[in-house]
Amino acid sequence: MTERHELPIVAPGIDDFAREGAGPAGGWEAPERPQVRLVPTHCCFCGVQCGMFLKVDAHGRVFGVEARDHDINRMRLCPKGVVAYQQVNHPDRLLRPLMRDRRGDPLRPVSWDVALDRIADEIRRIQDAYGRDAFGVIGGASLTNEKAYLIGKFARVALRTRHVDYNGRLCMVSAAAANKKAFGIDRAANPWADLLEAQVILLAGANVGETFPVATQYFWEARDRGARLVVVDPRETPVARTADVHVPIRPGTDAALFNGLLHVIVREGLVDEAFVRDHTTGWEGVRDTVASYPPERVAEICGVDARRVEEVALLWGRAERAMALHARGLEHHVQGVDNCLAVINLVLATGQLGRPGAGYGTITGQGNGQGGREHGQKADMLPGLRDIENPEHRAIVAERWGIDEAELPRAGTSFVEMMEQMRAGQIRGVIGFCNNPLVSLPNLSRIEAAYEALEFHAQADFFLSETAERADVVLPSAVWAEDEGTTTNAEGRVVKHNRAADPPGEARPDWWIMRQIAERLGAGRWFAFESPREIFDDLRDTSRGGIADYAGITYEKIERTGGVFWPCPTPDHPGTPRLFEDLRSAFPDGRFRFHAVEWREPAEPADEDFPLRLTTGRTVAHFLSGNQTRRIGALVEQTPRPWVEVHPSLGFASGDPVRVVTRRGSATYPALVTDTIRPDTVFIPYHWSGRVAANRMTVDALDPVSKIPEFKVCACRVERGDEIDPLSPPPIPPGRMPQPFEAEPAGDARPPTAPQGRGTSER
Amino acid sequence: MMQRTQFIDPGRCIGCQACVAACRECDSHRGRSMIHLDYIDVGRSVASMPTVCMHCEDPIAPCAEVCPADAILVTADGVVQEAAKERCIGCANCVHACPFGVPKIDFEEKLQYKCNLCYDRTSVGLAPWCATVCPTGAIFYGTLEELLAQRPNAVVSDIVVFGEQEIHTGVAIVAPSGYARDWIPGGLP
Repeated sequence: MTERHELPIVAPGIDDFAREGAGPAGGWEAPERPQVRLVPTHCCFCGVQCGMFLKVDAHGRVFGVEARDHDINRMRLCPKGVVAYQQVNHPDRLLRPLMRDRRGDPLRPVSWDVALDRIADEIRRIQDAYGRDAFGVIGGASLTNEKAYLIGKFARVALRTRHVDYNGRLCMVSAAAANKKAFGIDRAANPWADLLEAQVILLAGANVGETFPVATQYFWEARDRGARLVVVDPRETPVARTADVHVPIRPGTDAALFNGLLHVIVREGLVDEAFVRDHTTGWEGVRDTVASYPPERVAEICGVDARRVEEVALLWGRAERAMALHARGLEHHVQGVDNCLAVINLVLATGQLGRPGAGYGTITGQGNGQGGREHGQKADMLPGLRDIENPEHRAIVAERWGIDEAELPRAGTSFVEMMEQMRAGQIRGVIGFCNNPLVSLPNLSRIEAAYEALEFHAQADFFLSETAERADVVLPSAVWAEDEGTTTNAEGRVVKHNRAADPPGEARPDWWIMRQIAERLGAGRWFAFESPREIFDDLRDTSRGGIADYAGITYEKIERTGGVFWPCPTPDHPGTPRLFEDLRSAFPDGRFRFHAVEWREPAEPADEDFPLRLTTGRTVAHFLSGNQTRRIGALVEQTPRPWVEVHPSLGFASGDPVRVVTRRGSATYPALVTDTIRPDTVFIPYHWSGRVAANRMTVDALDPVSKIPEFKVCACRVERGDEIDPLSPPPIPPGRMPQPFEAEPAGDARPPTAPQGRGTSER
Repeated sequence: MMQRTQFIDPGRCIGCQACVAACRECDSHRGRSMIHLDYIDVGRSVASMPTVCMHCEDPIAPCAEVCPADAILVTADGVVQEAAKERCIGCANCVHACPFGVPKIDFEEKLQYKCNLCYDRTSVGLAPWCATVCPTGAIFYGTLEELLAQRPNAVVSDIVVFGEQEIHTGVAIVAPSGYARDWIPGGLP
C-alpha cells in the first residue's frame, strides 16, 4: 500500500492507481507462469452454475479464470465468479487437521489419524451413552451431488442416526414442499431458455441482479423480444429498477398479493377453464378463498396501490405465455410454503405450464441447492427424492444399500429444530460439513448456546469458519476446484465440476473424510469409494426408479451435452429439460393440485414498540455466510461491511450510526439512506459475523411444513446510535496472519455507495 | 464508431462490478481495473453505469492530442492505446483532457494506465474481458448489426455533446428506447 498523495491534480477516483489493492491474497504472482492448461468446470457459488475455465500453470497451480461458452452462461460471469479461483491457493486455507482437548484451549495441528480417531471415539462414546440419535450430521447444499448423497448415507448407515439435515433448510425447502404438494415433483418446471419465449415474466422475492447476476441476461433478452417484466419486492432492486411494473409490497404479505391477482383473474373471466377442468383438482376451494381478496383489501394488506394489483393481474391473465419465478424473498416466511402455493395457484388457474414460455420455478440459491435436496441429506428424504417414511421407498433404498430396512433410521428433525435439541441435550455431538450456522441461522445467541452445549463438535471446511473456529476438531477439506463431481443447477440441469488442482497440504475432499470415519465405525464396506465417479454410480443406482432419477446420467454424457436435466432414467434417455409437456403431474392421477391458502400476519408483526419490518438478504459481492467471499480482496473492496438500508422519511443521513433493535438483539450500522426501500421496512445484508451479524436480530420462527426460518421479516425499531459496531475479521488458523484486506475493514464505518457496493471512485 | 466496438447500455447495468473484477484479470495489467463503475443518482435509485475508454475519434482523441510525450498511439483500427511506458512521463495531461475521466495515473511509477479495448484479446478476435463477462449485456462487443439483431429496439449514438463541444466516439452508447436525438448529453448545459 502506498501513502495517498495529497496533490489535488486529478478528479476523484482517478488518482493514485497504486492504491488498487484488490488482488488475490498473496499477490498477483501468476503472470510470469506459463499457462499450460484450461480446465473446464463451473462456478462454486450460486444455483446458476456458470461454466468457466480455470487456468492451471505448469506446476499444477490454479492461477486464473477464462470465459467458457457454456449453454448456461455463454461466457458471462459475475464478480464472485471472476474471482472464485482466488480461494484455491488462499493463505487462509486449512492445511492440517486441528484439535483442542477441551473447550477454551487453543486449536493445535494434529495428524489425520489423531483427529479421525478422536471423532470416531466420540461418536461411539456419545451413541453408547445416549443412543444413536444423540449424534447428528449437518450437511450443505454447496456440496456436489456425490458428497450430498454420501452425507445422508453416512448418517444413516455409518452412524445410524436419524438426525441429519442440511443448510438447504435455509434456502429451498419452502419451494420444495410446495412443489411436492402441487406437482408431485420438486424441480423448476422449465429451463431458463424458455424465458425468451414468455410474454410476461413475474419475478417475486428474487433480487436476481445481485443474487443470480448472470441469470439477468435471460430476463433482459426476453424483454428485447417484447416480454413485460413484473417484479415483486419491498426494495427497488437492480432488476426492479427498470421493470414494467414494480410492486413494492410490505414484507410478509406475498400470499395476499397472489390471492388478489387470482381474484381479479376470476372476476375478469381469465381463468383457463379447460385446463382447470381437465388437469387439476381443488380449484373450487381456491376460487372461494380468493373471492375474499379484492384488490382494495390486498392493497391495504400489502401497502401498495390497488391499481398495481389490477394491472399485474391483467398482464398475467391476458398473456398467452407467462412464467413465474421466485426465490427466498417469498420463501423465507412462516407461510413460505403457502406463498409458493399461492404462486402455483395463479400458474395453474391460467394453464401456464409445460410449454416454451409458459411455466414456473424457484431459483435455487446455493450451487447445488437443487441436487443437494434430492439425494438424502435432508431429514425426511432418501435418495431420488424419496420419502423416508414411505415403506416402499425405505425398502428400495435399504435393498440398494444392502442393509436391513429395520436398521434404516426414521425421519429426523430440521436444521433449526436440531439446534433446539442440541440446547436441550437430546443431541450431544455433531459433525458438520459445508455449513456455517453461527452466521447463517436466525437468532444467533440461541445457536451459539446450542453449539456451546454440545459434548463434541467436529467441523470440516476449507477456511476456518465462525462455526469451525469453535469446534473440538476441525478437518481441512478441499475447495470445489480440487475435486470432481456433479451439481444440479436451478433449472434441474446436472453439470460436472472438474478437478483442476490437488488439495493443498493435508486437505482432503469431504467424501474421503466420511469414508475414513465410516471405516473406524466398522461401516467401511458401504463407503469403499476411491473416487467421486464411484459415488456417482452408487447414487445413480440408488436413485433409479425414484422421482429424481439420475440412472441414465453419466459423467461422459454430461461432458458431451453440456448438462443433462433429470429425470433421466436410462442411458439412451435425453433428459427432461421441460416438465409437464403432456400436462400431467407426477401424481398417479396425473392431475395438478390446487391448495387454498389464506394470508396470515408474519410471526412477529410490527407493533408500537417495534414499528418497522426488518428484512435481510444478500449483496452481489458476497455469498451466504461470507466464509469464502469475505476473504477475497476484490469482493471486500467492493463491499467491505454491512449497513442498514433505510428510507429518507426516517430522518437519517447516509453514514449516520443507526441502531437496529429487535426483541433478540441490536447492532449499530452505518445508514444507507435511499428512496428504493419502503418507509416501513429496513434491510440488512446477512453475510457478516460477530456483533454486526444480521442474524443476531432475526426471528427463529419456522414454517410449520418446510421448517424454513422467517429471515425475511421481523419487527424492529431504529434509533440514532452512538458508535458503529466494528466488524470481526474472518477467523484464521492458529499461527497465521490475516490478509491486510481482511483486517482493514474492521475500522471502516462508511456505508456502500449503493446496495451493490462502493463505486470505483468511492474506495 | 469503430466497426467492431463496445456498446454501453446503462439501462441494462445492474451495478454488479463483474466488469471491474474481470478487467483486473487482463494479462497486460493484472490486478488493476481500468473500468469506472459509478452508482448514479445515489439515494434515489440503484442505477449504475460502467465507463470504459470511449476511443474518441474527433479527429484525434483529446488525450493523445495533449500528450507532451507523444505517448498515446491511435492504431489504424481506431483504438486509442494506453500511453507507451517508455514514453509516458505521468504528467496527467491526458487525465485533464479526457472528457470522460477515463485515464488513471500511478504516481509511484509515473505512468498512465487506461483501457485499450483489451488489445491482446480483440486483436485476435476475442471480446474484451468486461464485455465477455458482463452478466447483462450492459457492455456489448460486436458490430452495430450484431447488436441490432439481438436488440431490435436499441437506439445507438456515438456522439456525446458537452455544451458547445461535440465528441465523436469509437465506442457507442445505447440510449433508452424511444430516445429521439442522435447525440447523448455529456453533462454540461
